[in-house]
Amino acid sequence: MKTPNFSGSRVVADRSPHSRRNFLRKSGYGIAAASLFLAGCADDDDPVMMETGTVNLGSGDVGVLNYAYALEQLEAAFYATVLTGGYFSGASADEQQVMRDLEAHERAHVEFLGAAIGSVGTAIPDLEVDFSSIDFDSRTSVLATAQAFEDLGVSAYNGAGRLISNPDYLLVAGKIVSVEARHAAVIRTLNNDGSATAFANSQVVDSNGLDVARTPSEVLAIAGTYVTTMIDASGLPQ
Amino acid sequence: MNTIHNPEAPARIDRRSAFGELGRTLGKAATLGMPLAAFLAPGTTRAQASGNTVIDVLNFALTLEYLEAEYYMMGLDSNGLLMGDMRDTIALIGQHETAHVEFLRSAISGAGGTPVEKPTFDFTAGGTFPNIFSDAPTFMAVAQAFEDTGVRAYKGQAGNLVGSGDVLTAALQIHSVEARHASMVRRMRGSKGWIVQAMNTTGAAPADAVYAGEDNVTHLGVDATTVTSVSRAELTEAFDEPLTKEAVLDIASLFL
Repeated sequence: MKTPNFSGSRVVADRSPHSRRNFLRKSGYGIAAASLFLAGCADDDDPVMMETGTVNLGSGDVGVLNYAYALEQLEAAFYATVLTGGYFSGASADEQQVMRDLEAHERAHVEFLGAAIGSVGTAIPDLEVDFSSIDFDSRTSVLATAQAFEDLGVSAYNGAGRLISNPDYLLVAGKIVSVEARHAAVIRTLNNDGSATAFANSQVVDSNGLDVARTPSEVLAIAGTYVTTMIDASGLPQ
Repeated sequence: MNTIHNPEAPARIDRRSAFGELGRTLGKAATLGMPLAAFLAPGTTRAQASGNTVIDVLNFALTLEYLEAEYYMMGLDSNGLLMGDMRDTIALIGQHETAHVEFLRSAISGAGGTPVEKPTFDFTAGGTFPNIFSDAPTFMAVAQAFEDTGVRAYKGQAGNLVGSGDVLTAALQIHSVEARHASMVRRMRGSKGWIVQAMNTTGAAPADAVYAGEDNVTHLGVDATTVTSVSRAELTEAFDEPLTKEAVLDIASLFL
């Protein structure tokens, strides 16, 4: 594995080339979520970085948007790292194009959400991630992780839609989630030897033809494998 | 004859004949009760008759699912049309659309509504696609148009389901499945899984309406080109756009 080269100033060397711990702190687009804190907590609309390093998503619609922002940060950081690894440099032209597109899309989601949240409330800061368990030189490792992230993202938006009260925000979430689902279908196909059915098989679509929906607690528990920042989601609508 | 293989010779739908077909459908519909007629009547009648209640939304979705489900069933029943991996993919998609029909009918009944009846479809679109069930590339091109339309249709109704809890969640769960379908079909046809600008890659000019407005870059009043470092084309790929019920029914009416 080559040392990540983030062409530009956004990167930070770290103890391990795979560790992205400091990525957020210094990068313009950062990362995502962590362990979940359900206890306690203020009915505070403003997300704050507490002394403990815990990030509070906030409440109401802004809280839900911050939740989406956190997940998009995780995905964006992942694909940014993919583009620096050995898998990408040796991948087929088609797979390179897919990875470049996914990196751009997730970056667009992060940048848009950060700006949009900032105009109506307080966006959470960049989160810290740890990708040391991922081998960015390995096609298998990258695609398996990508599949997990894309399916997780789809399930997160599907589960969070009902928590949103402003139809304009719901529409924006809808504009993003279908693109995540498009990603998931492509990645699942690549990750399963071009399978004709992996794009929407029974792992992700049930007998009623419904995709997966997960609650924020479920999603953040999974994301916490990669996000080292503690996230307090207790203010989200129930 | 206009075919998918020749995008240079755009197939123009003859609106008069399209509406003639619609008229015949409505004739049959009249015997089935008001809800179907309310959905399918063109122009002001439709606009007045179809509302935005949860049951209206579900019946609108059901109409689209009927179209997709029957399309795939007929494709799979057409000898020699779909083989190998293509057949496996379409079989799975068709299975999902049939499940959506059943799910929506149950949901509508469960909510105290009456599911609309299945319309009669003409997948040749009045002769525009005469080889729709004998030429796989044509079949797949129209499948792409249906799936991309479905994604936009559900997205356009989300706002009408705010506060509806489980119904909204289920609609979103169907919406993302349609997006998975769309992506797969697009890739099988050599297109990217996502929509670039407002590009209609089906090769069929009547599908231009399916992609109209997909090049929008303003969301929540923010011109996203001003806040992102990605290219405009990539930005349009990153956000899918909704379609109004009227726009969707105009597209669907080509096949009625």
